[in-house]
Amino acid sequence: MSGDSLDPYVDLYAGRARGLIVSEIRALFAVANRPEVVSLAGGAPYVSALPLDEVAAIVGELIAEHGAQALQYGSGQGDPVLRERICDVMAVEGVRGTPDDVLVTVGSQQALDLLARLFIDPGDVVIAEGPTYVGALGAFAAAQADVVHVPLDDNGLQPEALREALGRLAASGRRAKLLYTVPNFHNPAGVTLAASRRQEVVELAQRYGVLVVEDNPYGLLGFDHEPLPALHSLAGGRNVAYLGSFSKTFAAGLRVGWVLAPPAVREKLVLLTEAQILCPPALTQLAVVRYLEAMAWQEQIKVFREAYRERRDAMLDALDALMPRGCRWTRPGGGFYVWLTAPDGVDTKLMQPRAIGQRVAYVPGTGFYADGSGRDAMRLAYCFPPPAEIREGVRRLAAVLEDERELAATFHRAGTARSDGRQTHRGEVPGPAIP
Amino acid sequence: MTGYAATGAEAAAGRPVVVLAGGLSYERDISLRSGRRIVAALHAAGCEATLLDPDDTLLARLDADRPAAVLIALHGAAGEDGALRGVLELAGVPYVGASAAASRISWDKPTAKALCRAAGIGTADWVALPDTTFRELGAAAVLDRIVERIGLPLMLKPAQGGSALGAIRVADAEDLPAAMVGCFAYASTVLIERYIDGIEVAVTVIDDGDGPRALPAVEIAPNDGVFDYAARYTQGMTTYHTPARLDATTTERLMAAAVRAHETLALRDLSRVDIIVAPDGTPVFLEVNVSPGLTDTSLMPMSVAAASLDLGALTARMLRDAARRSQQVSTVD
Repeated sequence: MSGDSLDPYVDLYAGRARGLIVSEIRALFAVANRPEVVSLAGGAPYVSALPLDEVAAIVGELIAEHGAQALQYGSGQGDPVLRERICDVMAVEGVRGTPDDVLVTVGSQQALDLLARLFIDPGDVVIAEGPTYVGALGAFAAAQADVVHVPLDDNGLQPEALREALGRLAASGRRAKLLYTVPNFHNPAGVTLAASRRQEVVELAQRYGVLVVEDNPYGLLGFDHEPLPALHSLAGGRNVAYLGSFSKTFAAGLRVGWVLAPPAVREKLVLLTEAQILCPPALTQLAVVRYLEAMAWQEQIKVFREAYRERRDAMLDALDALMPRGCRWTRPGGGFYVWLTAPDGVDTKLMQPRAIGQRVAYVPGTGFYADGSGRDAMRLAYCFPPPAEIREGVRRLAAVLEDERELAATFHRAGTARSDGRQTHRGEVPGPAIP
Repeated sequence: MTGYAATGAEAAAGRPVVVLAGGLSYERDISLRSGRRIVAALHAAGCEATLLDPDDTLLARLDADRPAAVLIALHGAAGEDGALRGVLELAGVPYVGASAAASRISWDKPTAKALCRAAGIGTADWVALPDTTFRELGAAAVLDRIVERIGLPLMLKPAQGGSALGAIRVADAEDLPAAMVGCFAYASTVLIERYIDGIEVAVTVIDDGDGPRALPAVEIAPNDGVFDYAARYTQGMTTYHTPARLDATTTERLMAAAVRAHETLALRDLSRVDIIVAPDGTPVFLEVNVSPGLTDTSLMPMSVAAASLDLGALTARMLRDAARRSQQVSTVD
């Protein structure tokens, strides 16, 4: 009897599908979605801050007045009027582009996937911050990229470390094809690339012939100062693919993002997206157009900003008051996330079931690295829960960390070696389900 | 399929039944998959069934719309530690499976092992220790004794729990401290047992009126040797052989051991007994599950199919038997 693997297609899958396995992390997050659990894990925007009645009205009018267009196929590159409006939105941060060079995508996640398909052959190198956005790791993994991490500090990507990494790769006869970076209010680290570092990053990329993928979903959600110059602006639009999104400034559920790319790249991206999805959804694109034209969207961004500032303050105050000694965390000036480094000896991935058991969820740091790093850290999202819930979540988390620190100390005295056991080595990435 | 088609129709003639799935355990996702699958199977067998995810409205909902009986497809603590069963007994709602008292005993792996060993069923040497022991006595001294007395490799498991969550094989003593910390994240007590390198099998035991009997055993052959969470729930990562590729004598010993474990632990209706067949053919008891998984990749449905039974009809019959049993007085744990 030959047995049954329960999957008759196992010999048919592409090699790149080998990493598609069910992980324990997903089982734990299934619990995190219950209302009893304070989830500091997911990066869901606070869309309830939108005037939903008004949004309903413009969407209703859209169908009533332009249904034949909104429910029809559209241009593969995206609705021409939306591309004009996108240029207006980018101009708020000083980014200049023409509608011809904008491709509308299904969230900026699709733009990441398209860029990975366009540039990456199996084994090609992508440089990314360490930690980096989990959805980007998913897109790069699907393209079988070799991701090399460059460390961050409180001022973002470290140019010196970038220079070393590029030099090291060049010395070994390898060339990085892409530099993926989230310069503003980083996901997951919460830090912002200092103005003084930006020019150097752009110059290094140009010197080594690396295309910069500048992912900027949070740029308009700064609490303290005007937006810093985009890498795209500093580079004069050369050598940078700039990714934007309406997920955080309007509504994530519409799945409308974009990429502004050099003409040659944009042309190929359009051909690729047509093969992938034919065209982005007309309905949601036109809804965004109506929103931008009929509603005070810049005022709405201020509403979002204040909601997130209040939540950020609640989280930082609670962390300051409650976290056990040995913890460190970033102090974001915008965006959604705090990156917390746990006390010595605490492994945040191993600790996660204990936290879920105590009804608080976070994302272990390992999800944000391609190489298994990040066991000492976690991402905390303050964007969604109300401030009182954030404080309660931090209170629970502080107790879990304290208990885990004690336990880890007890066992570390017995031997400092780390297990390489099966609990840890499948390289589980939470995946884009956790934005 | 033979067996229970008529029984399913009979159950359908009565009040609807409820399948409880979801809950707050780490196995929530698996439980929901089990629940959805068994509801579909019950519908196909002609039995009206509703899926409920237990929360603070559960008792009110059961009061308002009293089911004929309940099938507990909750995995992890809520479904298996006896607590919910005790509440159902208090509420006078009949359910399929082991009583609250028996579930509580089986749920605790060290207790189940001790009872099975006392009944003459082979089980690997073990010790079960809470984290407080290590905090009080110091980890190094205790771990040294464990390695000395039980020997390597070791298998570490949360004393309570399922789906291999938190379970880890430790071959090297220097990996033991970190593995213990990981295991304690799932439970405050860890079962540390001698790892037996043999053939892993799962034996479903059912009692559909004529006493407990073992269905064909499922042999589990993970592609890379370890039947962990990913290997359990990713189709294609494990090959299953049903019945297990064992000779007749070994199979007979295996089935007998499973039925004896079911009886020793005073289980009812159904259970899944996990066993390692040692190289000399001895069945070595690992643990028992009173609320076995019912997903597409779960072991009990494979056994049921190999026995030419229909899962929906079999379950409908058990629900009907549970409803009948409700006339009897039950003891709350």
